[in-house]
Amino acid sequence: MNETERKQGEWEPKIIAFLCNWCSYAGADLAGVSRYQYPPSLRIVRVPCSGRVSANMILDALRSGADGVLVSGCHPGDCHYISGNYYARRRFAILKRFLEFVGIESDRVNFSWISASEGEQFAQVATEVTERVKRLGPARHLVKEF
Amino acid sequence: MSTMNEKITEELRQKARQLLESGRVAAFLGYASGSVPMVMRPFVARTPEDADRLEWNSFCVLNLANYLPALLKSFEPPRRPNEPPPQGPLPKVGVVATGCWSRNMVVQIQENQVERERLVIIGISSRGMVDRKKVQALIAHRDVTAVKEGDNTLVVAGPGFEEEINRWDVVRDNCKSCVHPDPVIFDDMIGELKGERDLPDRFSQVEEIEALSAQERWKWFTSEIQSCIRCYACRNACPLCYCPTCFVDDSRPQWVGKSIDSVDTAIFHILRAYHCAGRCTDCGSCESACPMGIRMRILTKKLQKDVLQLYGIEAGMSVQEPLPLTTYKKDDPQDFILTESLKGEKK
Repeated sequence: MNETERKQGEWEPKIIAFLCNWCSYAGADLAGVSRYQYPPSLRIVRVPCSGRVSANMILDALRSGADGVLVSGCHPGDCHYISGNYYARRRFAILKRFLEFVGIESDRVNFSWISASEGEQFAQVATEVTERVKRLGPARHLVKEF
Repeated sequence: MSTMNEKITEELRQKARQLLESGRVAAFLGYASGSVPMVMRPFVARTPEDADRLEWNSFCVLNLANYLPALLKSFEPPRRPNEPPPQGPLPKVGVVATGCWSRNMVVQIQENQVERERLVIIGISSRGMVDRKKVQALIAHRDVTAVKEGDNTLVVAGPGFEEEINRWDVVRDNCKSCVHPDPVIFDDMIGELKGERDLPDRFSQVEEIEALSAQERWKWFTSEIQSCIRCYACRNACPLCYCPTCFVDDSRPQWVGKSIDSVDTAIFHILRAYHCAGRCTDCGSCESACPMGIRMRILTKKLQKDVLQLYGIEAGMSVQEPLPLTTYKKDDPQDFILTESLKGEKK
């Protein structure tokens, strides 16, 4: 939290969202064109598939000052590349438990499935994740001061 | 009467000599004693005479699988990156393997780093290796000049003292919690297979930390890695780490800062351990190689526990079974997925 943000009173977390090109990114797009309201805390990074997202990227986001991370892909069975999200699911399950183990709060790193037709769900998830991260407060553990 | 280790050493030398003499292997990978007591040196015997330098004792802590990909490659004719491998049989390498090392060889075979046909594996059922740091702590960090090993005891001697230690007291934690002492793949055995060990509490070290609060866990994690000097000995000793360019050496993008800043060190340890998820066999090389005594093995043990719990797979138990993170099931657990847990709340 910097000085200006503190003065404004309300702290808005910064959340990096890795959205897959085929489902979740289109879902976010639909949320926009359908005018669903959700907090302005998400910074979206479009990736080809949730299977493209590695632990390196998630930790890099946290290190660079993100307060939370959201990774979202197609529902199981709907992956554009057939099985990318299945592999991702295993990796994320392990990663989430592991980050909890070293003391990163479990709500900092979130995963979801959102299809291209689920604009409303995208808005819901964005709101939910923002609320969870807000409850935790600004990230401290892995943020590097440059 | 000769001790168990002396008998194994004798048999090992004999088998290695035979393999080298017959020309079945071009080299034999084992251990020779180094210049310091309690530290063994990985040793490549290339002639039958070299075989007599091989040795076996409780200080063979570094995982020999680590040296296999490079050693095998050294016997191949040089070729460009995209050139196909040479035709016809290539020279073989003999190697000693206990349970965990052989499982690492299985992982390397699955990941196409070594070929099974090029290995001649001499299996030894492990009795657990000794943690030199535990020995040093027991004798109050006095200088050790000689260690004599019996079957169940160690006699540690230095200037002005000689102490007998119970061997099991100083065995490494990973060996104490090991359930697979027997090699899973081998061409020849020294001694008998012992069978699985029954240890219901083998993850107790991990469970102790899991029971703490998030804040306490973070405190534990940071204090554990605080002394890290980023020498990467843990990475270099690891048979899973064979990438031509490691993520820590990448500079574009630079995933991990190269300083000993606490955040950089934390990210290094998280990612190093995470890269071993579903592949680590808990051989303990990383911990044994660490000059600062960091117990980073608990991190990989946690990953091992989760992989076993979630997917029911242990790394390297069979060449046929795929590695847990290179496969999937349609009904893998996904209660950690936000949209799934929200769905559950609505119901």
